Amino acid sequence: MRITRVSSRALAALGPTAALAAGLLLGPAVAPAVADSTPSASPSGDGSAPTEAGTSFRTATEIDQGRTATASGSAGDYLYWSFPADSGQRPTVKATVKLPKSHTAQTWQVDVYDGLRRRQACQYGAQTRTAAPGTASVELACVLRTVRAWSEPWANDPLPGTYYVRLTALGLTAADLGLPVGAELRVDSADIGGSAAVDGSLAQPLVPGIAVTSGGKKDDSSASAVLSSTEPDDGWSSGWWSDRWVWTAIGAVLAALAGIGGYTLTRGQGRPRHVPPGA
Amino acid sequence: MIRTQRLAAGVCALLAALTAGLAFPAGAVADETTATAPKVDLVLDVSGSMRTKDMDGGTRMAAAKQAFNEVLDATPENVLLGIRTLGANYPGDDRKTGCKDTAQLYPVGPLDRTEAKTAVATLSPTGWTPIGPALLKSADDLDGGTGSKRIVLISDGEDTCAPLDPCEVAREIAAKGIGLTIDTLGLVPNVTMRRQLSCIAEATGGTYTSVEHTDELTDRVNQLVDRAADPVVTPVATEGAASCAKAPTLKSGLYTDRAEFGQERWYRVDVKPGQELRTSVSVAADRTVNPGYGVLLRAVTTHGREIVRGEAAGNGRTDVVSTGLRYPKAESDDEDAPAETVCVQVTHSYSAAAGVKTTPGMPLELTVDLVGGPSQASDVASFGLGRGWWLLGALVLFGFLAGVLWGWLSRWRVAVWRTN
Repeated sequence: MRITRVSSRALAALGPTAALAAGLLLGPAVAPAVADSTPSASPSGDGSAPTEAGTSFRTATEIDQGRTATASGSAGDYLYWSFPADSGQRPTVKATVKLPKSHTAQTWQVDVYDGLRRRQACQYGAQTRTAAPGTASVELACVLRTVRAWSEPWANDPLPGTYYVRLTALGLTAADLGLPVGAELRVDSADIGGSAAVDGSLAQPLVPGIAVTSGGKKDDSSASAVLSSTEPDDGWSSGWWSDRWVWTAIGAVLAALAGIGGYTLTRGQGRPRHVPPGA
Repeated sequence: MIRTQRLAAGVCALLAALTAGLAFPAGAVADETTATAPKVDLVLDVSGSMRTKDMDGGTRMAAAKQAFNEVLDATPENVLLGIRTLGANYPGDDRKTGCKDTAQLYPVGPLDRTEAKTAVATLSPTGWTPIGPALLKSADDLDGGTGSKRIVLISDGEDTCAPLDPCEVAREIAAKGIGLTIDTLGLVPNVTMRRQLSCIAEATGGTYTSVEHTDELTDRVNQLVDRAADPVVTPVATEGAASCAKAPTLKSGLYTDRAEFGQERWYRVDVKPGQELRTSVSVAADRTVNPGYGVLLRAVTTHGREIVRGEAAGNGRTDVVSTGLRYPKAESDDEDAPAETVCVQVTHSYSAAAGVKTTPGMPLELTVDLVGGPSQASDVASFGLGRGWWLLGALVLFGFLAGVLWGWLSRWRVAVWRTN
């Protein structure tokens, strides 16, 4: 009875803050715990996924995350795609190569480069795999490191921007050279969230050619052709948002409630017991 | 009612203005688009061996003709397409004459599909296979304009006109810096031919495909023509110097150059305070190189102090080796602070395999971007905020203790007040 009375009074005292607190408790309170493991993949709409691949950094085909891009080529081609990755994401590149009916042993490899064309290490995944003679397909994967919002210029850390994927056969016998092959590529990202948060941010994402495209030189004859125009579906993050805001806000609210709890515990009925009524 | 009429009139006027606006520039732009339009030259081998009947039961020539008809139908409007033949006219045995036998069947230009198809229909397999001379002539056909240029070579036999190695011809064409790619297709290929055609393709960054069925041929040629139609950024040719003092100054953009084995290439970039220099370089392997290679990109001050470097090394089959670097120049309090000249040095450690020519140099592609500088971290985490269950626990605990203390204090205060 007492507790009910107190909490309703406290709520009344806190007014809008308490309402906000209740909302926060019910809403995003669960978010930080869940965010760590949920992949941010949207259901694939393969209708508009690219069916071609580029043959160099310059001509790389731009793809979105969460879509399966396909391409046909010849064994020996270097196939290039590019995709955008934003801070806090840990992209996983999965490639499937469909091999012709008869072939000898072939080794295929997928390499990932960042917007500065620096090779990015794979944390795990079969980046290189050899297909035994006659196998119909070979599957490759590369799990990148988490993309950071900022790093020192001397570091090789993945930064927000364009990422290039290169798929190629490493060792080819003369008999296999030029045979038709098919390729499928899909990039999905796990959202790592605050555990990979850093302060600081880049002025522009690491997108090659961004200085030319953002410079407003639209009258240039190559206006239709840009080195890379790739961008995440919801745009590049501005760098100020972090789930730490949520944690801190929840903490503040809980601390306030705990403070009220402690106060009520000690305050008692509001009137010391030894003081006679009406004194 | 009146309002509706007015609205309709307004819409009409707007439409008229729009149509006029659209129609007028379209005419003016036409010349410009021809200059930047992608150009494709299909080079078809019409040598005697094309008579062989091993493509889905028909002759190779029949397969090629069928493929050409379908490709001509599917060619995008903006592509300027031409057709060149090799070995189409001279049936004799004289090697010298036979090796000059290449002719332009349809000039590179806006495509008249019927005319082009009629021209293709007249072809019949005849003479020698002078791939090298045909490629040289084809490069001349494509000369001019700033759009992308592509040669699609369809052949069924190796070059019969030694000592002119078509592979070296291709490399020389690429070295002219006109941004030309050669894609090769081998019809029912054997080992030597595969090697030769893939060498030609590699020398220009093109692709090699071996074809055994008519539909494969059609699909691939269509794919290559479509690829040519895709707009790409054309790099600007530049020439790096042997030292920073003589190096050309580059602005934001995409550049190409050539770097010979063991040669240093220097460029200069002016970086203003508060700007970030981003540059990346890729050096392509356009010929057979030894396994084990690398590239080093250094940003150096004019006094020779290294600021930052990017390095990459690799092993085995590759098309390029690439690396990049970032150099954010700190903000300056002085508003008129001059831009710093940063020297960019590129070296690569490819080595030519035995018997491979070392000139011209390896193709090099350089991107330069000058953007705003990054905002430096003030703390390890965002804005010094906290995160996680320990933080919540600690906040709750201290909040609770503060409440307890506050309660006690007020009890004590009330008690004191009451007793007084």
